[in-house]
Amino acid sequence: MIQSIDYYAVAAPLILALTGGLVLILDAFLPRRAYARPLLGVITLAGVLVALGVVVTQALRDGAALRTFCVPEGLAGPTRAGLGALPAGGGPEAGAAGAVAGPSCSFVVDDFTTVFAGLALLAGVVVVLLSMAELSHTDIPVGEWYFLLLCTLAGAVALPAARDLVMLVVALELVSLPVFALTALRRYDGRASEAAVKLFLVSVVSTAVMLFGVSLLYGMTGTVYLDRLAHTLAEAVPAIDTAAGRVSVGSRGAEQVTAQMGDQGISSAYTSSLQITHDLPPVVTVAVVLVLAGFAFKVAAVPFHAWAADVYQGAPVPVAALLSVISKAAGFAGLILVLVAALGSQAPVWAPIVAIIAALTMTVGNLLALRQRNAVRLLAWSSVAQSGYILAPLGVLSGEAMRASIAYLIFYAVMNLGAFTVVMLVARRNGGTEIDDYRGLVFRNPLAGLALAFFLICLAGLPPGLAGLFAKIVVFREIVDGGGAWLAVVMAVNTVIGLYYYVAWTMRIFTPVQVTSPVQVTSPAGVPSGADVTSGAGTGVTSGAGTGVVPGAGTGVTSADGGDEPARAGDEGPDAASRRGRVRGEWLPVGVAIALAGVVAVAFSVAPQLALDLVPTAFPPPG
Amino acid sequence: MSWLPIMLLGVPMAGAAALLVPSRMDGPARGRLLRVHGLAVSGVTFVLALVLAATFDYGDPARVQFETNLAWISGLDLRFHLGVDGISLPLVVLTALLTFLCFVYLCWGGADRPGQLLRPRAGGNRPRALVFTLLVLEIGMIGTFLALDLLLFFVFFEVVLIPMYFVIAIWGGRARRAAAIKFILYTLLGSVVLLLGLLLIWAQTGTLDMVALAQAHGTGMSRSVQLIAFVAVGIGLAVKTPMWPLHTWLPDAHTEAPTVGSVLLAGVLLKMGTYGFARIAIPVLPDGAVVVAPWLGAFAVIGIIYGSLACLAQRDLKRMIAYSSIGHMGFVLLGFATLNSTGVNAALFGNVAHGLITGLLFFLAGAVKERHGTADMSALGGGMLSRLPHLGSLLTFACIASLGLPGLAGFWGEMLTLLGAFEPAPGLSRPLFLTFMAIGGLGAVLTAAYFLTMLSRVTHGRSVETVVAPVLAGAGGDHVFTTAEDGPTLSRADDVGVLTEGRGETRVAAERGNSGEIRAESRLPRGTHPEDASGLPGETPGEGRDDLPGGTHPEDGHGLPGGARAVGERGNSGVIRAESKLPGGTRTGGARDLPGEASAEGAHDFPGEAHAEGRGGLPGGARAVGAGGLHDVAGYELAAWVPLVVLIVLFGLWPKALLLITDPVVRTFVGAP
Repeated sequence: MIQSIDYYAVAAPLILALTGGLVLILDAFLPRRAYARPLLGVITLAGVLVALGVVVTQALRDGAALRTFCVPEGLAGPTRAGLGALPAGGGPEAGAAGAVAGPSCSFVVDDFTTVFAGLALLAGVVVVLLSMAELSHTDIPVGEWYFLLLCTLAGAVALPAARDLVMLVVALELVSLPVFALTALRRYDGRASEAAVKLFLVSVVSTAVMLFGVSLLYGMTGTVYLDRLAHTLAEAVPAIDTAAGRVSVGSRGAEQVTAQMGDQGISSAYTSSLQITHDLPPVVTVAVVLVLAGFAFKVAAVPFHAWAADVYQGAPVPVAALLSVISKAAGFAGLILVLVAALGSQAPVWAPIVAIIAALTMTVGNLLALRQRNAVRLLAWSSVAQSGYILAPLGVLSGEAMRASIAYLIFYAVMNLGAFTVVMLVARRNGGTEIDDYRGLVFRNPLAGLALAFFLICLAGLPPGLAGLFAKIVVFREIVDGGGAWLAVVMAVNTVIGLYYYVAWTMRIFTPVQVTSPVQVTSPAGVPSGADVTSGAGTGVTSGAGTGVVPGAGTGVTSADGGDEPARAGDEGPDAASRRGRVRGEWLPVGVAIALAGVVAVAFSVAPQLALDLVPTAFPPPG
Repeated sequence: MSWLPIMLLGVPMAGAAALLVPSRMDGPARGRLLRVHGLAVSGVTFVLALVLAATFDYGDPARVQFETNLAWISGLDLRFHLGVDGISLPLVVLTALLTFLCFVYLCWGGADRPGQLLRPRAGGNRPRALVFTLLVLEIGMIGTFLALDLLLFFVFFEVVLIPMYFVIAIWGGRARRAAAIKFILYTLLGSVVLLLGLLLIWAQTGTLDMVALAQAHGTGMSRSVQLIAFVAVGIGLAVKTPMWPLHTWLPDAHTEAPTVGSVLLAGVLLKMGTYGFARIAIPVLPDGAVVVAPWLGAFAVIGIIYGSLACLAQRDLKRMIAYSSIGHMGFVLLGFATLNSTGVNAALFGNVAHGLITGLLFFLAGAVKERHGTADMSALGGGMLSRLPHLGSLLTFACIASLGLPGLAGFWGEMLTLLGAFEPAPGLSRPLFLTFMAIGGLGAVLTAAYFLTMLSRVTHGRSVETVVAPVLAGAGGDHVFTTAEDGPTLSRADDVGVLTEGRGETRVAAERGNSGEIRAESRLPRGTHPEDASGLPGETPGEGRDDLPGGTHPEDGHGLPGGARAVGERGNSGVIRAESKLPGGTRTGGARDLPGEASAEGAHDFPGEAHAEGRGGLPGGARAVGAGGLHDVAGYELAAWVPLVVLIVLFGLWPKALLLITDPVVRTFVGAP
């Protein structure tokens, strides 16, 4: 049988993969000139933008979802392999719904896909921009870097389109594997190597665990296609609608079952979980738990969170940004696909587990973040906590849960990426990522300082960071609707804990740098040597005691990319012109990245509807 | 759609946005522009609020007027729904007024007097940031009172948090960081619980429209849901109000906040909590209110008694006023708890009266603190009425108003509240509320007690005082007590120098400490002429003093033991304050020789060195010292305070002005005849 492939549907990952190959080849054959590094970056950026354009056209296209790599109905394997025959009392509709209408497809481009792909690609643009700055002067091999980055992106774009378990696992590995190498590319760096090894081990273990669960699922149901999986499992579960007192057979698609579960509320969900055990063998529950555990590793949920801080800190900042946004989004896409699209009928089994994981994740993440002195570590733990917020709606069996999670994920991606862009800027300039390096940032570089403050306040979820506030409101609404009172209270407390460290950091941005006496200067980054600062003679407006790291930066308003500021005085070549070129190569992309994230974050704050409209409603019924 | 409410929000927003535009203007010109900018923006807002009040249809205050209802976020059903009725109108005007008065206080005249915008501070005064922050704060405050959509209300409720945090954390006193973080964490915890309550209401009724919800009067929600929602909403609002067990953020925040911060905090931010009770909790959740009201009343009277007793124990003036706020807000909450029209009207009246009176009190306390460098009552000594007659009189007036003297605004709120508690709404236990009434009455007596005690300690009595004068020096870790005992008593400063040589016994003691502040304590006996106290060293007025008397002589400053200069500081405070209360030494050379200008702002956890280099050449430094003398009320202060005084008297004599517009609204939701 010859499969016809819809190349338009697979265009985005294809473009990314081809660009990756092109970059690798160009890297090998281009002369080692100064222009090679930025050129490769630009090519990568172009590839990502083209892929993004394709995704946008797919999103704007009307009509049914694009499907490819389909298996015709007749080729379906033995269903219910491990489950045995359908129970006799299955209900009147059971027979009719036994077979899925239409072919099952491995690769589907629908709203869900385009949202996650668009998110990954937009984040990819920012990460590529950060990479251009990161790579502008280090000895990291450029071609490999961009190749690996593009591979990850290809995986992240393919993953949300995957509708069978094998493709899902492969795509997830495609997202994960290049990141180990990316982390380790900064050679001769102990931290980076340690981070890479940690990430590798954790990821491999989680993949193994997940594969075990996946194979159990396959063994039980005899299919890897998510829609068939959903049907097979659903028809085995006579979901008892205790509230209405009627037996409804969950054969009308997993989403509907989920929706019913939501209506029933959590208490009746537990009742029906008892019902399930009568029908499905317990091994299905084991499979669900294993799959869940595998994804929990990917999204750094408690108790599989321990790797986050070390890896984020050890990795180069762009990779940390990638891990915290693209990798995490991919993990959530997979999680939602498996849980909602395939295992929707098992919601009573996994929802309480997800709720507990969510509560633990946000609490542990926030508590660990409280003690951090390093910006990247703090962001690492805070993003663990944010994972908890994203997971929370999935834990209450509400019909709209998936929407709330995705909405929060979109907001979170923008805010967190924005924070990472400024962290990148400060890390390049001061050579440090300690929180104390941010002291007085707003005086040295007002726009970057204000941007970071805005992102942090967004993450904390307070006005003027309305994006974060609305994101939290969306999640809270789902939880309250779904009846998860205890989860809502836990999340409320966590919001307050989170505020503490975000605000403490924000405060540092606005605190003038202490004027140090010459004796005390020890910082290699050239912290002002007793820099005599005109403290404004009592009338200076913003200068105050703000001593810039760079003299003169205290009062002047510098552009976001800091293009005019000589960075890191005197640790590079004396040639002013080359330094100027380097400065431009470094700051321009970072500045663009900050501006991009800032504009999107402000737009989402003013009109959160933009983001909420993107969220897909539900998975379209198969067929 | 009405443009007035939108303008009320838009003007401060535009004003704040304009400040973000970078400018390369030089310092002084920029300062002048800022001054005018702040005054103009807040002034325009205030005028708009007055226009709102003038065009309000007083014939039908229960109707929501100036309504604006636009879709904002359809995904959240969030509508940009603004409007004004009899409950919110007074608060909108109060907010605009207090903000305007704060700007008057900050910007009037040269704006470089103590406590004003351009006054140099250690670590930079950052006037642009202050104006920006206050304008954002104003958006949040006015928006809260205008919002008619539950989530929009919540959004505005949250808008004030970050600006107020910065006001406290940047421009606050010594322990400002801790106070600011405590403030924001506490109030955020409250707001999140509030949010949960609001979402529960929304989940049950399917609408966020406050007007519709208030008209529905709780239909659509079962009694238990109402109870849960009321508890959640109530806790959220009670943190902000604050109610007794949830109040602990307030004293710290008030004590550490700068004057304008305290004024707005007490005058407006607390009202946002009580307004929520009147706007959301009681009308929307009537069944829940009936169940919770006895508890609310109990916590309220505990708050009254607790606040009063705590006041009696306070030494710090600002802290005492902060605790008095807890007592007064207890009366307001007790009024709400009665659930009858008398009580709720009294609560709303008390709300506004407290905003005016406590606003004034914090202005005055701030002025005292600016002059003396401390608000510690024992350090202030007594006799303010003789030394600073105008300030002392105003302080006396504000205290008398606050303790509820009939004829002033404070009286009606408390009296009517107690009257309301005499006969609470049907469904509430009358004996219980009679008990509350009795306890509340006792609280009113205690209120009088602590205010009179405070007055007797501060405004009356002998003028023996201890002026704590933080000297401008980077004398980290070292206290230098320069005590001029038996100092000269002549009133002529020109002679002081001679007298210093002759009689001034100067003891200079250096001791290890944590504060990094040099204190010059001058224990002085009364001068011969009470009015002429200005001649005393330690409180020499700025004008015309060329020299410093006694141990605080600048030359002596030079001569301070080495510890006072250039000593590395690793202490806890690092706050070396520019507002030295060193006597004399005006704009002339005297002050310039003082060792070290403060520049170690925020040195808390940063082991470093204070910049102890002399910086005498700065005019700012010279002026900082020059103003160390004690002036009586200055023009800018008077301009900010007189409107408050007038309104306190007006509402005291004519309470009907306010009650007439709140009463019809209250009647719609308490179901009174």
